Amino acid sequence: MTAGERRLLIQRVAFSTLGLATALTVLPIILIVGVIAWKGMPALAPSFLFEAPRDGLRAGGIWPALVGTVYLTVGTGLIAVPVGLAAAIYLSEYARETFFTRAIRIAIINLAGIPSVVYGLFGLALFVLFLKLGTSIVAASLTLSIMTLPVIISTAEEALRAVPQSFRLVSQGMGGTKWQTIRRIVLPQALPGILTGVILGLERAAGETAPILFTGAALFLPQLPRSIFDETMALPYHLFVISTQVPGMPVKVQFGTALVLLVFVLSMNVLATFIRSYHRRRRQW
Amino acid sequence: MVIAPGSASAPALEPKIEIENLRVCYGAEPPALDGITLTVPARQITVFFGPAGGGKSTLLRTINRLNDLVDGARTEGRVRLDGEDILGPEVDITRLRRRIGIVFALPVPLPMSIRRNLWYGLELAGERSRRVLDEAMEKALSAAALWDEVKDRLDEPAIALSGGQQQRLCLARVLALEPEVIMLDEPSSGLDPISTAKVEASLQELKQQYTVIIVPSSVQQASRLADWAGFFLQGELVEWASGRELFLAPKDRRTEDYLTGRFG
Amino acid sequence: MARTRHPLEAAIESIVRLSGWSAIVFVALISLFLLKEGLPAFGEVPLASLFGTRWYPIEGFYALGPLIWGSLVVTVGAALFAVPLGVGAAMFIAEVAPRWLREVLKPLVEILAGLPSVVLGFLGIVVLVPAIRETLGLATGLTALTGSLLLAGMALPTIVSVAEDALDAVPSAYKIGSLALGASRWQTLWRVTLPAARTGVLTAIMLGVGRAIGETMAVMMVTGNAPVVLFGPHALVSPVRTMTATVAAEMGEVARGSVHYHVLFTVGLVLFVISFVVNVLASIVLLKRRAAAGRMLS
Ligand SMILES: Nc1ncnc2c1ncn2[C@@H]1O[C@H](COP(=O)(O)OP(=O)(O)OP(=O)(O)O)[C@@H](O)[C@H]1O
Ligand SMILES: [Mg+2]
Repeated sequence: MTAGERRLLIQRVAFSTLGLATALTVLPIILIVGVIAWKGMPALAPSFLFEAPRDGLRAGGIWPALVGTVYLTVGTGLIAVPVGLAAAIYLSEYARETFFTRAIRIAIINLAGIPSVVYGLFGLALFVLFLKLGTSIVAASLTLSIMTLPVIISTAEEALRAVPQSFRLVSQGMGGTKWQTIRRIVLPQALPGILTGVILGLERAAGETAPILFTGAALFLPQLPRSIFDETMALPYHLFVISTQVPGMPVKVQFGTALVLLVFVLSMNVLATFIRSYHRRRRQW
Repeated sequence: MVIAPGSASAPALEPKIEIENLRVCYGAEPPALDGITLTVPARQITVFFGPAGGGKSTLLRTINRLNDLVDGARTEGRVRLDGEDILGPEVDITRLRRRIGIVFALPVPLPMSIRRNLWYGLELAGERSRRVLDEAMEKALSAAALWDEVKDRLDEPAIALSGGQQQRLCLARVLALEPEVIMLDEPSSGLDPISTAKVEASLQELKQQYTVIIVPSSVQQASRLADWAGFFLQGELVEWASGRELFLAPKDRRTEDYLTGRFG
Repeated sequence: MARTRHPLEAAIESIVRLSGWSAIVFVALISLFLLKEGLPAFGEVPLASLFGTRWYPIEGFYALGPLIWGSLVVTVGAALFAVPLGVGAAMFIAEVAPRWLREVLKPLVEILAGLPSVVLGFLGIVVLVPAIRETLGLATGLTALTGSLLLAGMALPTIVSVAEDALDAVPSAYKIGSLALGASRWQTLWRVTLPAARTGVLTAIMLGVGRAIGETMAVMMVTGNAPVVLFGPHALVSPVRTMTATVAAEMGEVARGSVHYHVLFTVGLVLFVISFVVNVLASIVLLKRRAAAGRMLS
C-alpha cells in the first residue's frame, strides 16, 4: 500500500466515523418525530382536540390545554417582542461599543443560559408573590417572556446588522433622521430575519414547562380561563402530568397529546425556516 | 474672504462654503485633515483631488456632517455655509444634509423601486403629495440624464439598473431634494467612458444652479471639470487655485509632480 | 439653523436604550430575588445539614451535596455521549457533507433544538426506560443513564450548531493553503480547521453541557429522583436526583416562606451561579469574534 493509498484509506475511515456520528445524531430525531406521529395519529379526532379532559384526565380531549398554550404563547409574544425588538434596535443602531454595551451583551448571553426552572423560581418570587399577580396567565407569560427575550434580541440584532451599512448612510446623507432611516429602510429589510427569531423564541416558550410550573399552569380546569389573572392549563404541562402523575393513563391519549404539542411547536419551526429561505431568495442586496 | 490666495485676477465670486483651519482626526491616528482653509464659490465646480488617503472623502463627509456617524471622529475648526456655522451642536443636521447632498463612490440604490428611490428624500422631508413627488422625480431624473432610459420602468426595483444608471440614479435622488450644494465622491470610479461623459455633461448643466464639489476619479477628469481646484496630500491642502492656474501652472512642486505622474 | 434634536427621535432613543438596559436589569432582578429567597436558608438550616449527605426534607435534612452530585453524574454522562457525537456531526456537516445534505441536516438538528423537553421525557418514559431496564437487567430503568441519554439529546443541537458555525468561520485561505501543500481533506480538517476553530468548539461544548445541567423536565421524568449518593460506575445505572428535578418536583408542594422553600431557592441559586460562570466564560469567547462595525462608502 502506497502512502497515498494509506492516506485515502485513513480519510475514508475518518469521514465514515463522522458520518456515523451525524447519523446517530439525526436518526433519533427522525425516529422521535416518526413514532409520535405514528402512535399519536389515531387519537386525533375532533373531539380530542375540542373537548375538555374527563375521568381524571383519562378521557376526553385537550382543548383547555391547547387554548392555554396559545394564550401563553401570545402573551409571551406581546411582552417579549416589543422589548426584545427595541433592545435589538438599541444594540445594532444606537449603542456604541462601550463597556456598558459589553455588559448588556454578557447579560443577554447569561439570560439565554439560565436554566428554565430557575426562571420558574424567579417568576414565582417576583411576579406571583412580590408583585402579587398570583399564579396566573400574566405571571406565567411574564416569566416566559424574560426567558424568550435573549433569543429574540440576538436574532433580531443579527438581522438588523445584516442590513448593509450603506443604506443607512445614504438615507441619513439625504437628511433622514436616525429613526426615519430605521423605520423606512432598516426594519423592513430586517423584518424576515426578525420574524424568524421571534417565531423561534416563541416556539421555545410554547414548549416549556418548568417556567410555568409554579407561575400559572393548572393541573386541570374544566373551563377556559376567563381573565389573564386566572391560571391556565398548558399542553407541555398537561403532557407531563398525564405521563407521570396519572396511573393507568391510556397510551393513545399520551401520544395524541405529544403529537399535538409537537405539531404546534414544529409548525412554528417550519414557518420560521420557510420565511428565512423565501426572503433570502428575494432580497435586493 | 479668501477664495483663491494669490490670484488677484479672480472675479468677485459669491462664497458658498468657507472652511477655516479645519482639522479632522479618526481615533488616535494622525489627523486625516489638518489646517485646511479654503472657500468654495457658489455655482462653480470645485474639484478636490490628490492621491489616496489624502482626506478628500473626509472633507466631503465633514461638510455635510456625515462624519458624525463615524465612531471616534473629531472635528476642529470652522465650516460655514452661507456664513452660518455648520459644525456646532446647535445645527439642524437633517436640514443641513438636505441643503448639501452627497453622492458616494459606489452607487447604492435603496432596496425599492426607482420611483420610491427618487421620492425617498422628499418623503423624509414630509412631502406627501403624489403630484409634487412625481414632478420632482421627473425633473431630477432629467437633470441627471436618466429620464429617457427609465421613464417606462419607474416601478421596477432600482437594483435592476446598470452600474452607470445606478450612479445617475443616486445623483438624481440627491437632485430631487433641490439642494444648494452637490458633492460627488469619485462618481465615475465604476463607470464606463460613455456613462462618465453623461454624468459630466449633466454636472456642467447643474452648475448653472448648484454649487458642485467633486472628487474626480482621475486627473484628466479633474482638469476637464474644475473651475476651482484643491490638491490634497496626506491631510494637507497643498495648493488651492482656479482650475486653469492649478492645472496649467501649478505653483507647488508636489502638485506638479503629481500632475506629471511623478508620484501618486 | 436651530433645533438639533427632534423630540420623537429623543423619545425613541430613550425607549430603545431602556429596553437594551433591561437585559442587565433582568439579570440583576433574577439574582436579587434568588438571593432574597435563598439566603435565609443559611440561617435556618444548620450548615452541617446543608453540607451533609442526606436530602430528606420531611425530617429536616437538606444536604445540597447529593443533588449537586446527581446533576454532575447525569451531566457528565450526557457529555460522554453528546460531545463526540456533536463535534463529529458538526465536522461532518461543516466540512464533509455535500451542500444538499447540509441543507437537509441543519434543519433536522434545528428540529431537535425545538423539541420540548417534556416530549423527550415522555418518550423516555415509554421507550427508553423499559429498554434500559431490560437490556441492562436492572430493577428499574429510571436511572442516571436514562437521563444522560435524554440530556445528550438536548445538548446536541447546541453543540452541533455552535461548533459548526466555528468550523465554518475558519478562513478558507487556511484550508486552501493546507490542501495546496498536498494535505488530504481529512488531514486539513484534523490538523488545520479543527485546531483553528478550537475556541469556538470548546464554547459549543460548554454551552451544550451548560444547557444539560439546567435541563429540568426530561431529567425529572426519567431519573427516578432518588436522593442517594453513589460513587463508582454503578452510579450511572441507579436512580439519581438532580438539582433541577428537585426544585421542579418539590416547589409545588412547599409552604411559601418555609425552610424547605428557602432551601429550594438556594438550589436555584447554585444553578444560577453555575450557568452564570459557564455563560460568562463562553460569552468572552463569543464576543471576541464579533465582526468590526461596517465601513463607510468611500
Ligand atoms: N471611517 C474612518 N475611520 C477611520 N479612519 C478613516 C475613516 N475614513 C478615513 N479614514 C482615514 O483618514 C484618512 C483619509 O481618508 P479619506 O478616505 O478621507 O481619503 P481620500 O482622500 O478620500 O482617499 P481615497 O482617494 O482613497 O478615497 C486615511 O488615512 C484613512 O485611513
Ligand atoms: Mg475617498
